[in-house]
Amino acid sequence: MSAVKPTHYGSIKRHKMVTTVIYHILVGLFSLLMLYPLFWMLSSSLKPNTEIFRTVDNLIPETFTTENYVNGWRGFAGLSFSVYFLNSLQVALFASLGAVISSALVAFGLARIRFPGRNIWFVAMIITMMLPGQVMMIPRFVLFNQIGWVGTFLPMTVPYFFGGAFDIFLVMQFIRGIPRDMDEAARIDGCSYYGIFAYIMVPMIIPALVTVGILTFINSWGDFMSSLLYLNTPSRYTVAYALKLFSDSAGTDYGAIFAMSTLSLVPILVIFFFFQRQLVEGISTQGLKG
Amino acid sequence: MKNKLSRILGKESVAGYIFIAPFIIGLFAFTVIPFFTSLYLAFTDYNILTPPKWIGIQNFRRMFFEDKYFWTSFWVTFKFAFIQVPIKMLVSLGVALILSRNTKAIPFYRSAFYIPSLMGGSVAVALTWKQLFSYDGVINRFTALFGLAPVKWLSNPGTALYVLIGLGVWQFGSSMLIFLAALKNVPASYHEAAIVDGAGPVRRFFKIVFPMITPIFFFNLINQTIGAFQAFNSSYLITQGKPLNTTLYYGVHLYNRAFTYYEMGYGSAMAWFMLLVIAIFTALIFRSSSAWVYYESEGK
Repeated sequence: MSAVKPTHYGSIKRHKMVTTVIYHILVGLFSLLMLYPLFWMLSSSLKPNTEIFRTVDNLIPETFTTENYVNGWRGFAGLSFSVYFLNSLQVALFASLGAVISSALVAFGLARIRFPGRNIWFVAMIITMMLPGQVMMIPRFVLFNQIGWVGTFLPMTVPYFFGGAFDIFLVMQFIRGIPRDMDEAARIDGCSYYGIFAYIMVPMIIPALVTVGILTFINSWGDFMSSLLYLNTPSRYTVAYALKLFSDSAGTDYGAIFAMSTLSLVPILVIFFFFQRQLVEGISTQGLKG
Repeated sequence: MKNKLSRILGKESVAGYIFIAPFIIGLFAFTVIPFFTSLYLAFTDYNILTPPKWIGIQNFRRMFFEDKYFWTSFWVTFKFAFIQVPIKMLVSLGVALILSRNTKAIPFYRSAFYIPSLMGGSVAVALTWKQLFSYDGVINRFTALFGLAPVKWLSNPGTALYVLIGLGVWQFGSSMLIFLAALKNVPASYHEAAIVDGAGPVRRFFKIVFPMITPIFFFNLINQTIGAFQAFNSSYLITQGKPLNTTLYYGVHLYNRAFTYYEMGYGSAMAWFMLLVIAIFTALIFRSSSAWVYYESEGK
């Protein structure tokens, strides 16, 4: 526009634009690089087996095929992946339900009721956040084995009904942001704590509960270790565990392995796209995962 | 009668305990009791089929003096944590700083950096990572562009652990999000005041931004350290501890002893040693924190 005689203002503006463009090119390239392994997995799942390592650095398949998905879905040991997906779904849904109910109850109790010993329980909760899970692995296995739960989904779902420290903490942080006026007005009107919880608190903390639900779902969906420890019959295998065994048995059928790998990540991606905001807020307050 | 009951239930002390009852029950059933059971088992010989047999400090003696894989796995884990944690901290803070520049495309970038940490621990990604670094995988194709000879990344004792560290660093997304949230809380007026006083970006970072986010830095550091000491999946799924045990994490060795050989007593002893090491490191970080963590309420 004023290229003929650039004013001082114009040159600053142009300088700023150049920095912005460079910024977007660099950050954009870096973000594509970050996603590359996932693109590579997807692209390999759509290539015939003979092509995967021949055109390993080419993200666009020469010949598109969906055969890998058909072959992979058949699964192994006579069970198709539909069994494994349904198992994972069942475990993840129950775990999430448990986490949502228990974290709502406990967080309300700790954040809003002034009862003797409250601080002690809060500290106990914080301490459990820092306990390494591997110390609990063996005795918990022994416990679940004694009560006959090994081989069932119960060790992977029931503990969530007793409130995880990170989830309780997240909901407590949310409750602390809600003014106490509402509870107090309801108290004066003769409403009990149970009424306040059910009619006032629960409707207001739904965003926090959604966050707890989706974080638990994602964690439970990807949880390989619990399946490895507790599941021993193929009809109960979760996707995470089945995928590992499938990769051992499928040998060099990489196409099928990548096809099932891709499918195993679909639920997480779907949740991510629908609940991105809650996830980001959840991670920022809770600091969970990796 | 009913009235009396509802009066009791309405008391703060009763209502409070009713609401937190799930937590208290769970705390005892799934944490406190297993915690002490584990301590007891550490001094026993226990194969889960026959009752535990008290053997005193035999497990610990075996650990420190007889089981050579114990020390191997200990140092592997140590190395893994000491390389991965600092790199991951730097990368996540660096990327958070870059993203905290206010531009419109932030949500897209944020997602791209965050997605790997959402699925990085999964079996699917482990299987993919393994093939990326296979002999005829993408990484070797890429290094060939610079005229480098292909490397057997996963079967070379000098490189295998770094491939796994790379997978860990790739998942820097969640700590980045936490940093990003912290950076947003640094008031813009502080920046403006510093700019007026002539402070450059580097100086602003060290004198204003970093001190203000030290509590979060501290939180991330503890989280990452505890996480790294407990690493399991990447080794178990990608290298199974090979080559020459250079990727045998402590967690994988513990798992093998306890669940492949059913040496639950020995496994418990290993778990307790790990707890002790993690506790020492956490305590060290805590002790040092008073020197570098800045809490606003103290009004330093």
